[in-house]
Amino acid sequence: MPDCQRLTTDGLQALLDALRARGYRVIGPTLHDQAIVYDDIHTLDDLPAGWTDEQEAGHYRLTRRRDAALFGYAVGPHSWKRFLHPPVQRLWRARHEDDEIIVVAEPAEATRVALLGVRACELHAIAIQDRVLLGGDYRDGHYQARRRDNFIVAVNCAEAGGTCFCASMDTGPQAQHGFDLVLTELVGDGEHRFLVEAGTPEGREVLAELPASPASDAEIAAAEALLAATAASMGREMAAGDVRELLLANLEHPRWDDVASRCLTCGNCTMVCPTCFCTSEADSSDLTGTETSRSRHWDSCFTMDFSYLHGGSVRASGRARYRQWMTHKLATWHDQFGTSGCVGCGRCITWCPVGIDITEEVRAIRETRDGAPT
Amino acid sequence: MANRRATPRLAVWKFASCDGCQLTLLDCEDEFLGLAGAVEIAYFPEATRGQLRGRYDLSLVEGSITTPHDAERIREVRRRSAHLVTIGACATAGGIQGLRNFADVREYAAVVYARPDYIATLATSTPIADHVSVDFELRGCPIAKHQLLEVITAFLAGRRPVTPAHSVCLDCKLRGNVCVMVAHGTPCLGPVTHAGCGALCPAYHRGCYGCYGPQETPNTVSLDPALEALGMDARDRRRVYRTFNAGAPAFREESDRHDP
Ligand code: SF4
Ligand code: SF4
Ligand code: SF4
Ligand code: SF4
Ligand code: SF4
Repeated sequence: MPDCQRLTTDGLQALLDALRARGYRVIGPTLHDQAIVYDDIHTLDDLPAGWTDEQEAGHYRLTRRRDAALFGYAVGPHSWKRFLHPPVQRLWRARHEDDEIIVVAEPAEATRVALLGVRACELHAIAIQDRVLLGGDYRDGHYQARRRDNFIVAVNCAEAGGTCFCASMDTGPQAQHGFDLVLTELVGDGEHRFLVEAGTPEGREVLAELPASPASDAEIAAAEALLAATAASMGREMAAGDVRELLLANLEHPRWDDVASRCLTCGNCTMVCPTCFCTSEADSSDLTGTETSRSRHWDSCFTMDFSYLHGGSVRASGRARYRQWMTHKLATWHDQFGTSGCVGCGRCITWCPVGIDITEEVRAIRETRDGAPT
Repeated sequence: MANRRATPRLAVWKFASCDGCQLTLLDCEDEFLGLAGAVEIAYFPEATRGQLRGRYDLSLVEGSITTPHDAERIREVRRRSAHLVTIGACATAGGIQGLRNFADVREYAAVVYARPDYIATLATSTPIADHVSVDFELRGCPIAKHQLLEVITAFLAGRRPVTPAHSVCLDCKLRGNVCVMVAHGTPCLGPVTHAGCGALCPAYHRGCYGCYGPQETPNTVSLDPALEALGMDARDRRRVYRTFNAGAPAFREESDRHDP
């Protein structure tokens, strides 16, 4: 950490002010309805000081910390896709006037948004959605506009959540790239400070405006120890190296029936997953038939309509739908986009109402696959 | 598709119900103002006597079938309707009055009425689709205004209404709600319930009550241990499915599993 600076909490407030002065809307973690969700941040008081989360399969509770850490929790139910690839997006409107039909495409909304408190797994998730929505021949103009003017302030995780497994997926807990600034929060010894490093020229520019001082060797060592401890305390793990081959070789494994008996086909896992990008389009018209509009909204491979082709749904059973989700995330994503579709954030485990655990499902198949020791 | 040259005739019929769904229609007054001339609306809220006349392009039917007379009348409505759409839990699943299906209706009548022999009623409350063919079912207790408008608009435009049959959870997440089940420990029927309300109750920190009946592929058996773990005993788990959509097969089977 050569260019590592330190900021006090006042220094962090100065960062918020600097971003707002540059015209950014700042979004970050806030307390809402007994969870930590992303929303507008004006001052440090908007951050969940002194709170942490307890996460398990199908279980999330906020609890008090002993200190006043501002980022002392893992990821919550929202992900940044709520802002970058929003749940509902109008695409166009059309109006019938006399004998003419006037079509107006929805302008792409170019907003200057700073994302504060982006975790390592989430940086990877954003990079994945970039690849999916901007990487091919067909680019999503709305996503492109929303991504164009971002300032990303990452935060290294000082604590792993109960369902986190980024260390297995090689996506965390340390932010490596994809940020303008990265913070490591150090609390204790009666001091509250943030080590900060820049990842881009704009990040350096902003950092230069802040009341920062060089970090000491002891502070840098403390930050490194903290990250090593986080990596060693992941709530979950998954042997990810050969999972693609494992799943594709076991498409008829009885475990798919077992998980289907538990799966509610409710779709929560796909909604909370920061990489799931699927949408459907729907038209709406007014009663007189003069105005109509088309919107797209998040959809999920757990619905029947999702795979509806002429005459019926291709994936009618819960087994087929769960298998689609898991093999897409962990196997066919590699073929389609060159990486895993899972960054190990653990959201699908925490927010599944019946606690279905993707790492556990992989383990069960691994342990009982054809040729596995019994 | 409706014939756009002639003014489509829309009729509203009432069977055994509380009128809540029709109130939703009245609540669409503002939207209908723009429609003056596009549709002719004939209300038959209490038309249980007398002759039915004419034909209707679209009939909206509220309520369930609970009397021999109504079982006849719905056939007449069907004969006179090019399109028949049932609206609400009564019409699509038998409604709250479908609870009689789990009991002896003669006993009920004896308790409630001074002269039960004057009461001509069927032993069951059944959805309209058990009696005549139905072109489209709109769920809810009561139905959602925006969905009713969508059904009528889609009919006028000759397209399929967009009223997805997936779980409430999907809408809950689109809305940005924090899951009350996972984060608050509040039991919720959202995962097994048909969307339509926009996940209203979880937005106000309440569990879903299942107003829209079962979703397209409900797995109530799997949800059951989770409800139990959140403090619902067997009696609660039976009763929670015996409300507005007690007669919907998936809910009925689940509640039956918890019979003492
Ligand atoms: S599959 Fe689950 S753990 Fe992996 S990125 Fe999606 S929500 Fe996170
Ligand atoms: S897992 Fe399902 S919802 Fe997610 S990206 Fe794949 S197909 Fe889409
Ligand atoms: S998965 Fe890793 S990077 Fe993401 S919140 Fe958990 S510890 Fe942090
Ligand atoms: S795995 Fe869990 S969250 Fe996903 S559809 Fe099944 S029950 Fe719902
Ligand atoms: S609150 Fe209820 S409807 Fe919403 S996601 Fe949770 S279980 Fe589903």
